[in-house]
Amino acid sequence: MTELTAQQRVLIARHPQRPNLDDYINGLFTGFFQQRGDRLCGEDAAILGGVALYHGRPVTVIGTRKGRTLEENLERRFGMPNPEGYRKALRLMAQAEKFRRPVLTFIDTAGAYPGLEAEARGQGEAIARCLLELSRLTVPVIALVTGEANSGGALALAVANRVLMLENAVYAILSPEGFASILWKDAARHGEACELMKLTAPDLMRLGVIDEIVPEPDGGAHLARAIAIHQADLAISRHLGELTKLSGGTLAADRQRKFRAMGAAAPGEEGP
Amino acid sequence: MNNIFAKRRDRLLAMKAARDSYIPREQRVTCPACGGQFVRREVSQALWVCPGCGHHWPVGAYYRLSTLLDSGSFRELNGKLPPADPLQFPGYPAKLAEARRKTGLDEAAVTALGTIGGHRCVIGVLDGRFLMGSMSAAVGEKLTQAIETACRRRLPLILVSASGGARMQEGILSLMQMAKTAGALARLDRRGLLYISVLTHPTTGGVTASFASLGDIILAEPGALIGFAGPRVIQQTIGETLPEGFQRAEYQQEHGFVDAVVPRGQLRDTLALLLRLHEKGGRHD
Ligand SMILES: [Zn+2]
Repeated sequence: MTELTAQQRVLIARHPQRPNLDDYINGLFTGFFQQRGDRLCGEDAAILGGVALYHGRPVTVIGTRKGRTLEENLERRFGMPNPEGYRKALRLMAQAEKFRRPVLTFIDTAGAYPGLEAEARGQGEAIARCLLELSRLTVPVIALVTGEANSGGALALAVANRVLMLENAVYAILSPEGFASILWKDAARHGEACELMKLTAPDLMRLGVIDEIVPEPDGGAHLARAIAIHQADLAISRHLGELTKLSGGTLAADRQRKFRAMGAAAPGEEGP
Repeated sequence: MNNIFAKRRDRLLAMKAARDSYIPREQRVTCPACGGQFVRREVSQALWVCPGCGHHWPVGAYYRLSTLLDSGSFRELNGKLPPADPLQFPGYPAKLAEARRKTGLDEAAVTALGTIGGHRCVIGVLDGRFLMGSMSAAVGEKLTQAIETACRRRLPLILVSASGGARMQEGILSLMQMAKTAGALARLDRRGLLYISVLTHPTTGGVTASFASLGDIILAEPGALIGFAGPRVIQQTIGETLPEGFQRAEYQQEHGFVDAVVPRGQLRDTLALLLRLHEKGGRHD
């Protein structure tokens, strides 16, 4: 297969027939029990979470949830979470810690929802808290970037010991359209932005932001969903096997060290 | 001997602080909020708070430090940490050079050791003049090293934010600084050390969604815009006009995200009080 351009990958990553969270849950887990609500204010359908068995072992599953129909997508705001979604995720992370279960996250979101209500209820604080709590969990955390992952709204679920990424998924600070409109005041230049942003899996692998690329069937995961999910299964189970051997303290320390090293400039000297 | 060094440090900070106001060096200044005209001296003596309406002008990092730290206590950390261009983004080095020339800063953050009301602390300040105080890898690294210095020396930490959010030209590595600083704060928290976050105008985007929202105590300057998504994006999304005062410091206090809105003239005393109240520190393991 010829190498795809970054812009082509963005299109594949957003393909409506690409496997979504429901497909991964059906394909990877048994006995999934959905947990709803943040116990503070509400339930957010843009983040789906719960407990399930993964190869016979209980795990906590958290992911952003896009729909396939317009109706589903309106209810889920196209997978763009509100603070209640992140706070539900926090509640589930705390339970994973309590019951010593690994956390598996699945990320496909254009970002946190930029709404008035979301701001009124502390979108920024909710995301920040996810980053902090994920940093210090003493159970294994594996994140799989499955589609388009943008901004702090995606990172909130991606502070993981291993960050895996589907071959044609994209992961960036914001959408190429948003990037072009902020930087050049011209959203039409998004194609150019795609190529400069280093948002493809091979780019992110080179930058040390992700740990492994999960291969997709030729032409993209939407053409053979079951194969894509099988590939994800192979990668997740291998990494989980490795992480399970580590102590809780080591898992938290390794996770923090991994992100500590990102974008480290020349080692700074401490002042006088 | 110590005294001589303290005086020298003080002069250095005063010199840097003097360059550091946003306002053109004219004798009269006009308040953008109330339109009032004032003699420059009058406004600068009021710490760049409008004598007419209380509007808070944004101020630079060294100036901020000069208003908070006890005289002679300022010791800069990592003064020379260079900016980076991790994505080799076209035109970025020139933009950085221009920002450096215009502001006299190396990057958008200044970090220091110092004392406030006699209490030692580590303090970091973002400077909104340097590419809107955006979070570059160098800013993330500098703040992380400041947090780690606080951990090592068992000192309380104060971070004063002023940021438009991410540094676009550093892309994903800008984003990763959110996780990096949050992880460092997890280590600070575990050691039972105090972290006070001060939000100044504007604090938005990835800074709000990481270290700025994680303080044990969160203070904000009057009128500061504080939020994750910018007002323009929200307005485009919902297609209606935003209410008066939306995302301002007072709004955030009302909605439970800020402990206290503190006018600039009281910030130093408030910080000194908080440092005194937490003098004994917390649990540590
Ligand atoms: Zn005024």
